[in-house]
Amino acid sequence: MVKKNYAFYPGCSSQKGASASNFVTSINMVCDKLGIQLNEIPDWNCCSASIGYGEGGLLPRLVLNARNLALAEQHLPGQDLVSGCPACWLSTREAAEKLHEVDGLMAETNEALKEAGLNFKGTVRARHMVEVLVEDIGFEGMKKPVVKPLEGMKIAGYVGCQTNRPFGIDGESFENPQYLDKMIEIVGAEPASGYEQKVTCCGGALAFSEPEKSQKQIRDIVESAYDHGAEMIVTPCQLCQANVEVYQSEINKKKGTKLAMPVVYYSQLMTVAYGGNPKDAGLDGHVIQPERLRQIAERKK
Amino acid sequence: MNDLNQQAAAHYGKNFLKEVEDRVEDGEWVKMCMQCGVCAGSCPLGPHWEHSPQKIFRMIMAGKRDEVLSSDSMWMCTSCYNCIVRCPRKLPITHIMHGLAHYAHKLNIAPKGQPTREVARLFWNSLVQTGRVNELKFSLAVYFKDGFVRGIKNALAMQGIGLKLMKAKRLNPMEILGGHKCKDAGGIKKMLAKAKEIEDRRQGFSS
Amino acid sequence: MAEMKTAAYICSGCGLGDKLDIAQLGKIAQKEGKMALVREHDFLCNTEGVQMIRDDIEKEGVTHICIAACSRRAKTEAFHFPAVAMTRANLREGVIWVVAEGSEHDEVRQEMADDYVRMGCAELKKVKLPEGNPNRTQLKSIMVVGGGMSGLTAAFEAAESGYQVILVEKQAQLGGWANKLWKRVPYKAPYAEPQDTGVAKLAAKVSSHPLIKVHLNSTIAETSGAPGRFAVKIAQESGAVTEAAVGAIVQATGFTNYDIAKLPELGGGQANVVDQAGLEALAQAANGGALKRADGKEIKSVVFLQCAGQRDDTAKHLPYCSGHCCATSIKQAMYFKDANPEVNAVVVYQDLRVPGMGEDFYRSAQHKGVIFAKGKASGVEPTGNGCKVNYRDMILDADATLEADLVVLATGQVPSAGVNLDIWDTVVREADGGSEAAKQQKSELQKISVLNLNYRQGPDMPQFKYGFADSHFICFPYETRRTGIYAAGPVRRPMDMLQATEDATGAALKAIQAVENASLGRAAHPRSGDLSYPIVRLEGCTQCKRCTVECPFGAIDEDERRFPVFNEQRCRRCGTCMGACPVRVISFENYSVDTVGNQIKAVEIPDEFSEKPRVLILACENDAYPALDMAGLSRIVYSAFVRIIPVRCLGSVNTIWITDALNSGYDGVMMMGCKKGDDYQCHFVKGSELANYRMSKIGDTLTQMGLEPERVSSFEVAITDNARVAGFINEFVAQLVKMGPSPMKGFG
Repeated sequence: MVKKNYAFYPGCSSQKGASASNFVTSINMVCDKLGIQLNEIPDWNCCSASIGYGEGGLLPRLVLNARNLALAEQHLPGQDLVSGCPACWLSTREAAEKLHEVDGLMAETNEALKEAGLNFKGTVRARHMVEVLVEDIGFEGMKKPVVKPLEGMKIAGYVGCQTNRPFGIDGESFENPQYLDKMIEIVGAEPASGYEQKVTCCGGALAFSEPEKSQKQIRDIVESAYDHGAEMIVTPCQLCQANVEVYQSEINKKKGTKLAMPVVYYSQLMTVAYGGNPKDAGLDGHVIQPERLRQIAERKK
Repeated sequence: MNDLNQQAAAHYGKNFLKEVEDRVEDGEWVKMCMQCGVCAGSCPLGPHWEHSPQKIFRMIMAGKRDEVLSSDSMWMCTSCYNCIVRCPRKLPITHIMHGLAHYAHKLNIAPKGQPTREVARLFWNSLVQTGRVNELKFSLAVYFKDGFVRGIKNALAMQGIGLKLMKAKRLNPMEILGGHKCKDAGGIKKMLAKAKEIEDRRQGFSS
Repeated sequence: MAEMKTAAYICSGCGLGDKLDIAQLGKIAQKEGKMALVREHDFLCNTEGVQMIRDDIEKEGVTHICIAACSRRAKTEAFHFPAVAMTRANLREGVIWVVAEGSEHDEVRQEMADDYVRMGCAELKKVKLPEGNPNRTQLKSIMVVGGGMSGLTAAFEAAESGYQVILVEKQAQLGGWANKLWKRVPYKAPYAEPQDTGVAKLAAKVSSHPLIKVHLNSTIAETSGAPGRFAVKIAQESGAVTEAAVGAIVQATGFTNYDIAKLPELGGGQANVVDQAGLEALAQAANGGALKRADGKEIKSVVFLQCAGQRDDTAKHLPYCSGHCCATSIKQAMYFKDANPEVNAVVVYQDLRVPGMGEDFYRSAQHKGVIFAKGKASGVEPTGNGCKVNYRDMILDADATLEADLVVLATGQVPSAGVNLDIWDTVVREADGGSEAAKQQKSELQKISVLNLNYRQGPDMPQFKYGFADSHFICFPYETRRTGIYAAGPVRRPMDMLQATEDATGAALKAIQAVENASLGRAAHPRSGDLSYPIVRLEGCTQCKRCTVECPFGAIDEDERRFPVFNEQRCRRCGTCMGACPVRVISFENYSVDTVGNQIKAVEIPDEFSEKPRVLILACENDAYPALDMAGLSRIVYSAFVRIIPVRCLGSVNTIWITDALNSGYDGVMMMGCKKGDDYQCHFVKGSELANYRMSKIGDTLTQMGLEPERVSSFEVAITDNARVAGFINEFVAQLVKMGPSPMKGFG
């Protein structure tokens, strides 16, 4: 099989020992099965996420992203830049587009990039991992390697914000995108229909600074999953995954609730459905254990 | 009033809209707002905004400079982009809110101790050091942003989570000793300094 | 015409033969209907069937035919026999498509069909082939009153279509309001910049057009006549009077701005407060440069206050929105920004309304830096060298102020439609009663009249709401209630210049339609091409004046002896006069008290023990009858006890039909017509309203007859009401069944 090559931008949270390291573990197996070759961009840097704006001005933030684009352009020519993290994707894509749209920005950016010995010509396209799966592989293609359908599982597809807005995946509706539910179906599970918190914000970076306000969001997201009969939440977003999983115990402590809803990445579902063991799927990386998924992963067949 | 703020106020006089257009990210879009209020109704933290984006835009047009820049409101933005995709006039509202917050921070008239402002500053500092964000150092910095005593309390309050994350191999205690960093951290630092210098020059900051 | 020879054709196609006893229908046509010729055909509307009828007309000398097949609204092209009188018995949409399926309904279904054949034959004996109004002229010139954008456009369009035009303008030059504008709003993409009005060019084209004669400084001293024969006296300012004969008239007399003197609270009367016309004058004076106030000061800040004296709910000012003013203020704010981007231009609005592609124009103004503030102004105070506007900021929910060198009030359009006929009626009555004050007032009203019509019903067109000329704003926007006279532009509703030019083109076409139809002796509209016309038997007239008063179109004048004078060219053929006439002397050749009366009498009324009530439905042919047909088309079932007769308008329903029906044993009568009232949908404006009024008086008669008033009921039915209308019928029949049979049965 000829592999499809992509310039991979993991992002800070996907580094070894960081909050989303289990995403990288699981996406590796998915890519392997689907003929996707991820080539890590050498010496990539932080995108500045959606919180860097406070201190960093527009140009410094653009320059940070332009550096990654320039590195990809130089070292991995002709390959789309792909990130698994919506915040990284969003920042990079916004930068790539803005540099073309606003007069003078490209020149200013390159003036600054020169300090790091780089130059960006503007040829790289920034994409999200889910875009690659949906648009380049397709739902049928994603279904082929399934050997262990996740039968009997009902899962709430929580898309969140930045995978969905402002760019979205494959032209889908911002208010009710369908791709995540379709991916849940592909791995043999049942999507929780009518899950109305599908695109609600988890609070994002404000989970640190405004814990009360974001935990209110998280509680709604988790309780609605319970209300719709889901036993697990799946998400394509690193920050959503961390926020929604990690703060449930805090909410329980403060509000007397008994939330214990596992939150996993789509790549973990796919890895298990593709026959991966718990380690392949990064199932050891959870605060709230996805027990049923682990049982399926541990099952011989 | 501090220097930068004094200079800006003196330069633009009553024309706050012009100031926003010149110096705030996507500020030239503000005048295109048609005051429908869809943004206000679409914000997940809407009830916590003292002034909704709709009102902020109106206030800018009405020249309410101090009330806007010293407001806590823009710091409520979670970057969910709901307002952007719903705005019938296609205003990049999220960016404008970020831009206003950044500008207020830069002029140092943003509310002191505003938690998101502090977190944003710490986050940026973390990334500028090595080119990448160190989650442990960043988290510790967040907990200690209000001072040592408060920091201990915050850290104790969250230690359960931290321990669980460590157990899940998602928070590496060894990061405190250095951890991930870019090889060309030096180049990145210089590059960012240059970018700031260019932007300041374009926006008429005399530094 | 040769002697009447009747023929009935009974179709068995479209399933009629399966559901009905066609032979029995033939027998009825022959024996009861007394048709000289009866033929059956299994596909009457095909070439062969139609040829059979043609042959009978040509070879057998048939003069009157009854076609018993589908609805009169179906197959009109096949069943088009202009040389003979025709009736249609509706067996398809009216019987087999609406009577419930199943053999248990065979009997009532056949009875219904039998009755429709009887009715078709009975009607046929009373109809004549209409020959057209013998009073016809070949006068096709068109007079346009008003030389503004609407009038110029109407004149130019009519002339370009080959019609002679007389254009009468009160002012010394053509152009009207458009002359006073610096620029107009854009009509085309990208809808971004104000444009030249183009009025000078249009005025030049009109002035030099070989088919157009322009009368400047002139007004209309008198108008008499009717389409095809209007006689007009054109009075010049000098006093000279020119007489002219025209075929039709377009009234494009426009509007005046609501007087800002009536808005002192918003600064009306202050030196630095102008209306939109005042701002245009400043812009014209600036000629593209910086705008200056009357005192010569350059304007550095300007505030536009929208809805000034408009959309007012205090009953002090105009209650309506004039539609154009938001776009006009946007345009005017651009005058400032285009001359000097540093000028502070603020538009204070409650709801910014920019119809058409105005949203793009609005965006363009925002791009240029015009500030839009949602708010409501409470007052404008003079300051040392300008104004202070106090307003409520509706977004910030706070009181706020704006300082400005100049304030522009966006006031509304007040129509120049002439005399309000309601006031006229009162004044004339009092003047006729000898009141000197009323006589004085009458002569004042004559001075403000636009057309000075010498019509029985008054000197101008009837007005609708707020003084605008009455026109059917949905279906027939340019048609006024004076046939041959068409309203165009802001005289009929508030509008902008683009809408006015489109309006004027439409009105010119309507005027052309009127003169062409008049020249052929036909009705103008909405029964365009109808050759029937009202015929009055004056010997029987009692000079009661009901027809002259009730005609919705002022078509009937009175002579010195107070007999009605019918101006057929003004008539719309609705038959309201026929419905009004207590002595029944008004008729049309193919539609009369007898053509309907005969149908009513032809229905066989079962006795009181049969449990088969009979209900007469008089259905307006414009909406109700099509709705009933469509009920059939959708196979919506309704009671087989009803017998439906289409009428031209409920206004044409003469109460004798109701009393005759009840006397002959019908159990009830349903009247189905269009919506009446302020948002009427009556094609003849007042018909359904008059019918409703007349029916409100019939209750006493019913009580005298010993009948429950509920046996006669009116229904408003729109053309889309196919499902609803079946519900009306079934409920009404059920109610009658509960009430029991009419006590009149057996006496008829």
